[in-house]
Amino acid sequence: MKKAQICELLYKKELAEGIFDFRIKSGEMADVAKCGQFLHIDCGDGTLLRRPISICDVYDDVVRFVFEVKGKGTKALAQKKVGDTLDVLGPLGHGFDINDDYQSPVIVGGGIGIFPLYQLSKLVNNPAVYLGFRSANRVVMEDEFKSVAENTQIATDDGSYGFKGYAAELLKKHLDEKPCDIIYSCGPMPMLRAVKKIAEDYGAKCQLSLEQRMGCGIGACLVCSCETKREGTEKYAKVCKDGPVFWADEVTLND
Amino acid sequence: MIDMKVTICGVEFKNPVITASGTFGFGEEYNEYAGLNEYGGIGVKGLTLAPRAGNRPPRIAETPSGILNSVGLQNPGVHYFVEHDMPKLKGFDTNIIANISGNTVDEYCKMAEILSDSDVAMIEMNISCPNVKHGGLAFGTDPHTVHDMTKEVRKYCKKPLIVKLSPNVTSIKDIAMAAECGGADCISLINTILGMAIDIHSRKPILANNMGGLSGPAVKPVAVRMVYEVSTVVKVPIIGMGGIMSGEDAIEFMLAGASIVAIGTGMFAKPDLVMDVKRGIETYLKEHNITSVKDIIGKVVMN
Repeated sequence: MKKAQICELLYKKELAEGIFDFRIKSGEMADVAKCGQFLHIDCGDGTLLRRPISICDVYDDVVRFVFEVKGKGTKALAQKKVGDTLDVLGPLGHGFDINDDYQSPVIVGGGIGIFPLYQLSKLVNNPAVYLGFRSANRVVMEDEFKSVAENTQIATDDGSYGFKGYAAELLKKHLDEKPCDIIYSCGPMPMLRAVKKIAEDYGAKCQLSLEQRMGCGIGACLVCSCETKREGTEKYAKVCKDGPVFWADEVTLND
Repeated sequence: MIDMKVTICGVEFKNPVITASGTFGFGEEYNEYAGLNEYGGIGVKGLTLAPRAGNRPPRIAETPSGILNSVGLQNPGVHYFVEHDMPKLKGFDTNIIANISGNTVDEYCKMAEILSDSDVAMIEMNISCPNVKHGGLAFGTDPHTVHDMTKEVRKYCKKPLIVKLSPNVTSIKDIAMAAECGGADCISLINTILGMAIDIHSRKPILANNMGGLSGPAVKPVAVRMVYEVSTVVKVPIIGMGGIMSGEDAIEFMLAGASIVAIGTGMFAKPDLVMDVKRGIETYLKEHNITSVKDIIGKVVMN
């Protein structure tokens, strides 16, 4: 039987205001976690639902995730101290398609969507990585990405750091100049829509990691749906179980 | 040795804990966390005659001690269920309870007829879904409609017929009596309470459907009260549900008059909640020197 794991919080650091790097101990989860999967975490403090948070990295018997304080659940989670335990379900969902056939992958992340792309950047062959943030003070993990992916470039919406504009613009520029056999992306919906459109225009394979408000996290309750191009009963796929990573041509991103 | 068996409508439940329809899919996912054989029965996802895609996301919002959902009866249709899910489910040692919703009375009758020829143990008629435009809640709020519908569906239903009531009514007793009078073999309650949550920054409701059904511990006192009220006016057995998170919660429902209890939203937090609830019931019974769970049904002592 699968069950929730009680994991010790080994490390905690605030990377930027309201953005926390947590590392928890679970050899069991570290052994089986696949890149792009997520954890479903009981945040405590009277929250009823668990909160889904993508895995950022896995090493030894440690699972790392990075999250932004957004609401009651993540606020409660951010209060946890090193040595506290967390009640965690996971790893859940389907991750990225990682394949040695891909020789020139491009990774595009935006805001808090960059975190599940870190482990991916380590695992794929020589990726080009484009990371977008609102502003210089929101840029996190730049050095870490650069240490695993030499070709990492930062963009900020306001131009206060790096390229002025969106990460998707850097993707487009890349596709105009260099080869790409797969695009991986995670970030805010407008960015995902832009990436999907660019992938279609250039005929590139593309995987997107989606976010949606979740209930059970295992595929039973049907609340975290995303619209797919299939009709009939399968019009809506389950983000938690069928995703969170989808092929871009499967999903409409209408929601 | 504690006897956990309860028999209602001629159907034996090895323990009084079942799942509430709509929270459990068709059992496949939760079976990995607590085997389906652990449950007295399982209420599977609400079925409609034709497949339904469901409502647009977001479909869930957390509210104090509860959740709002607006799934909108996403399901593959009754025919698919009978052909694909039922063969898998009948291999388990548990009672399968199908749940049906229709746009018209005729659709309910057709589904009851189709499911009567399957291996489901009971059929639950959902006249209380707040998340669909046609049917659903509209059927469940008027006693005359409830009576006439139940009577009509009863004609086509060869299995014990449960009528699932909405709490979104003025008098739950009137609705329950109407269902019993119409031929319901069992009453289940409560479905969700219609609610709404607004994102104050975007000024828009969180749910794409604007409104949704409230469930979880927030609704429990309302549910316990309604189970009690219904128990005072009907003779048929009651399946009680609404915010059960523990054995103690389940006991409360049984004391109020429920013969069977259903868990739902609580499983989102604890996927193996059934184990806690059963253990909690047994512990309570032992502490009170009660040997059979049946002996607490309806045993609330009013002030």
